[in-house]
Amino acid sequence: MSYQRYCLVCNSSKCGHYSKAIADNIKHYLRENNIKDIKVVMTECFGLCKQGPIVKIMPDNIVYSGVKPMDTKEIVEKHLINGEVVSRLVHENKKSKQLKIVLRNCGFIDPENIDDYIEKDGYFALAKALKMSRMDVINEIKLSGLRGRGGGGFPTGLKWEYAYKQNSDQKYVVCNADEGDPGAFMDRSVLEGDPHSVIEGMLICGYAIGSNKGLVYTRAEYPLAVKRLSKAIKDAREYGFLGNNIMGSGFNFDIEIKYGAGAFVCGEETALIRSMEGERGEPTSKPPYPAESGYWDKPTNVNNVETFANVPVIINKGANWFNKIGTEKSKGTKVFALAGKINNVGLIEVPMGITLREIIFDIGGGIKDGKRFKAVQTGGPSGGCLTEKDLDTPIDYDTLLAKGSMMGSGGMIVMDEDDCMVAVAKFYLEFTVDESCGKCTPCRVGNKRLYELLEKVTSGKATFSDLDKIKNLSNVIKDTALCGLGQTAPNPVLSTITNFWDEYVAHVNEKSCPSGQCKELIRYIIDHNKCVGCTACVRVCPVYAISGKVREPHTIDQDKCIKCGACYNTCKFDAIYKK
Amino acid sequence: MEKCKVTIDGKTIEVEKGITILEAAKKIGIKIPTLCHLDLHDIKMVNKAASCRVCVVEVEGRKNLAPSCSTPVFDGMKVITNSIRALNARKIVLELLLSDHPKECLTCAKSGECELQELAEEFAIRKIEFEGEMSRYRKDYSPSIIRDMDKCVMCRRCETMCNEVQTVGVLSGINRGFNSVVATFFEKNLEDTTCTYCGQCVAVCPTGALTEVDYSWDVINAIANPNKIVIVQTAPAVRAALGEEFGLEPGTSVTGKMVAALKRLGFDYVFDTDFAADLTIMEEASEFLDRLTRFLNGDKSVRLPILTSCCPAWIKFFEHHFPELIDMPSTAKSPQQMFGAIAKSYFADILQVPREKIVVVSVMPCLAKKYEASRPEFKVNGNPDVDISITTRELARLIKQANIDFMSLPEEDFDKPLGESTGAGVIFGVTGGVIEAAVRTAYEWYTGKELRDVEFRQLRSDEGIRTASVNFGGFELNIGISYGLGNARKLLEEIKSGKSNYHAIEIMACPGGCIGGGGQPYHHGNLDIIRARARAIYHEDRHKEIRKSHKNPYIIELYEKYLGKPLSEKSHKLLHTHYFKKVLY
Repeated sequence: MSYQRYCLVCNSSKCGHYSKAIADNIKHYLRENNIKDIKVVMTECFGLCKQGPIVKIMPDNIVYSGVKPMDTKEIVEKHLINGEVVSRLVHENKKSKQLKIVLRNCGFIDPENIDDYIEKDGYFALAKALKMSRMDVINEIKLSGLRGRGGGGFPTGLKWEYAYKQNSDQKYVVCNADEGDPGAFMDRSVLEGDPHSVIEGMLICGYAIGSNKGLVYTRAEYPLAVKRLSKAIKDAREYGFLGNNIMGSGFNFDIEIKYGAGAFVCGEETALIRSMEGERGEPTSKPPYPAESGYWDKPTNVNNVETFANVPVIINKGANWFNKIGTEKSKGTKVFALAGKINNVGLIEVPMGITLREIIFDIGGGIKDGKRFKAVQTGGPSGGCLTEKDLDTPIDYDTLLAKGSMMGSGGMIVMDEDDCMVAVAKFYLEFTVDESCGKCTPCRVGNKRLYELLEKVTSGKATFSDLDKIKNLSNVIKDTALCGLGQTAPNPVLSTITNFWDEYVAHVNEKSCPSGQCKELIRYIIDHNKCVGCTACVRVCPVYAISGKVREPHTIDQDKCIKCGACYNTCKFDAIYKK
Repeated sequence: MEKCKVTIDGKTIEVEKGITILEAAKKIGIKIPTLCHLDLHDIKMVNKAASCRVCVVEVEGRKNLAPSCSTPVFDGMKVITNSIRALNARKIVLELLLSDHPKECLTCAKSGECELQELAEEFAIRKIEFEGEMSRYRKDYSPSIIRDMDKCVMCRRCETMCNEVQTVGVLSGINRGFNSVVATFFEKNLEDTTCTYCGQCVAVCPTGALTEVDYSWDVINAIANPNKIVIVQTAPAVRAALGEEFGLEPGTSVTGKMVAALKRLGFDYVFDTDFAADLTIMEEASEFLDRLTRFLNGDKSVRLPILTSCCPAWIKFFEHHFPELIDMPSTAKSPQQMFGAIAKSYFADILQVPREKIVVVSVMPCLAKKYEASRPEFKVNGNPDVDISITTRELARLIKQANIDFMSLPEEDFDKPLGESTGAGVIFGVTGGVIEAAVRTAYEWYTGKELRDVEFRQLRSDEGIRTASVNFGGFELNIGISYGLGNARKLLEEIKSGKSNYHAIEIMACPGGCIGGGGQPYHHGNLDIIRARARAIYHEDRHKEIRKSHKNPYIIELYEKYLGKPLSEKSHKLLHTHYFKKVLY
């Protein structure tokens, strides 16, 4: 049946806590009022997490933010029945700088309904591609300027062409859905919100390179994505988009899902292939590239979710439409997971070439609590920190690389004046040390030693020669590690040591952490001019480090203090400060 | 072959396209240091982990440094192997490896043979700039091999050897990052796995992570004990390799000097395992002809081919992997065990002493022999037939410890009666040798004719799997030969699927046979050394007066005086064994 209205309830991250109650309530009130032509759909992130939970009414295009389950009666009775907008809940939509290509359908369609996808021109691109020659499809992708969205930014069309040129009885198309950057969930959102776009992209790739078999390597920790993708594959088979003789073209293609166990390194394509083969997930030397010898030694084209999701749009609207978006060498849009000390966290999709200032201050709504912006980490643990001076640089693959960071898969974490940049570098390095596969020396031992050197810095034990060691070791690791994980692991260290040299020096020279984050370097001190001797701090100190007579200024014994901060939080007179 | 021009350190050469930078550099005499890399392509073992990153070089136009061991050359490629950038990277990589390596060189079994030590020396590393947490693992002691993973550099050579060449599949990388290490299934003790103790992991380990269990001090103690009669037996492959430990060219046979050294070490009797090899042939050839005749007469209860049973690693391998074929190997014990059984019965009777008074020491090219000697079925009332089994390397150390100037020793002869052997016994040490020795005897017994030319060239080669046929007076005997357990597996799979038409198969676990054993002097990746040892063995055979086992007068005497005839009841009791079905995990 056709529906009058769609009521979209965000089921992602923060909103997800309430989404079931909200959706159930709306359904309940609709039933109570005997309304059947309104469909309630659970959807993916709208990129408004901070304002969530979000409910969107289509086709009215009204977004309600901060919806609570108890607001649903009002939304149903006022808006859905009487057509009046509930003004108190309406989200004020500033003129957005976002442009949605990859996320075009996310939140707008029911991801479990293939008809919804078809209604949005779904599988039209496949039909169009099947009428083109294989090389024409590849040329179209080449002309579009699409580059791999997984991080490296290798031109997609060129990759396809390599695979196309290989002579082999069997070729494979692999979709890399092993998203692992901390805080990033771009691929998950696409798989959960618009799985058919990925299937269609893989189909077009399969046709272009001459493959009949697709594999999606995804994380077992993404149950909803797996469920929706499985359903989408099943539906696509039923509709004849997957299987033999697709659309009467003689082209055969099917897709299988492979599950990863959550190792970050398995996002590296050679490790991913080893993992799919049932081997230990370890990268191998390139060459040979997967395009020559990949899955079971057959030519294999690996692209990530976001890359594939771009493909149907490029075929539908043409390469010349797509390549007008973005910068000279980076075309189209990029999805970022905006997180950290920023007002509007969530998923955003922006055209390449947008500046960090626009992302952080216009879309992101600026820094939380009115604090000062300090840095932004792009590219997850493999990227680097960009600072205030980079705010107006147009973002694309090459500018980020030139600045010692990288696009990565699209994590973007904003830091404010309270963040210690040495601690930030240490945090990211800890992640890569944990996630290293252990195969090559520079990554297995080198990153570990680098981490230990940073620990020396944050605990005030480092010398200037340690800083030299950090720099030299970082550069050697970049120069010698076997795979992308190891080669990029020192990026956070190198970019912070370049951009925030003074902070490193402060840790070494003054044995102090300017941001007051490095626990071992903090000292809590009682200001004797402010202390009234109320003894509140004495009572909360777990190690009896504070002494003093009642109504007289107190003192903290630095040798006993464990820097737990209990006194600092308890003092009502602001008499305790960190140094 | 397509050619391409490459410039390395300013020298331009034309090489085949697709070879690595390392190979190209070698052609013009540039030796790029390596650690994890090991190319034993003759036995299809190429470790291409490219994981140590010691061999990195600068390639013009490339963003990062390239591992020369795995980067193929291309036309117009410009490589610099000794730039400051490459040298600095190499030095730091080495320091990183050393920063997680025990500094126990003085007490390490691999000292002097360690490839990491050699690199550290070459790079003049006097101070390790990096320090921090060290890897600590439980040491794993088995009857043959000690695994000390604190010393593992994750080159993965052992893993490649164990999984790809031997298809034993015991070793594999586990854990992640700094904690990753090569380990067994669920970190079990080697003893509780399907490890065959072939020792090829030890043979390729660049450091002291994998070493043999050293029993040389037990030997010294036994010799020093006045209440014991200490007998030594030496395997054929030992004499072809021992000289390498004293700086002699590979392929120099040192039989006489070895005997002299053993006598000076204080052994009461210096005997030869080759004697027992002749004895093995008597039993095995009889068993084979018995099976063959019954088979040809239509006896459905006999299965062919007969499989040789001299190699203890191979025995353990089929016990685990092919228990359904357990009736196929010959029941004849290996020469080491036959020697022990005879020494502690026949020879004990001659000396008129109880078996407990005799200590049998064996010098073997092999680590699995240590395990074989410890198998419970080779003990009588808890007293083992072979008490101590040491390797060629351990013997060399013993000789050095005893201040014996090996090079100036005269050539001496083995003692009698268990020291006399034929050429057939000598060639047991090389692949194809056991079957050739068996054929020399079986031919004469089967055809009743004298064999004039004893050299069966069709059985000699260094191919991992080969087949040959020998004309037994009109009857074509089909023979299969393989070395390396992976190759053995292929032959056994053929048998299992019924595709095999072999009558007899010889299997040895190590490359080139026992001469490439896990207890031999380290070959450091140079398999020409093993080929040279094979030549030494064949040379020794050629110069033996008697070259057929059944013509050995001391063997004839042994049967006349003690055993009766081959396959007699006494022979069965002393010289034959049985096998056990073992589980895979």
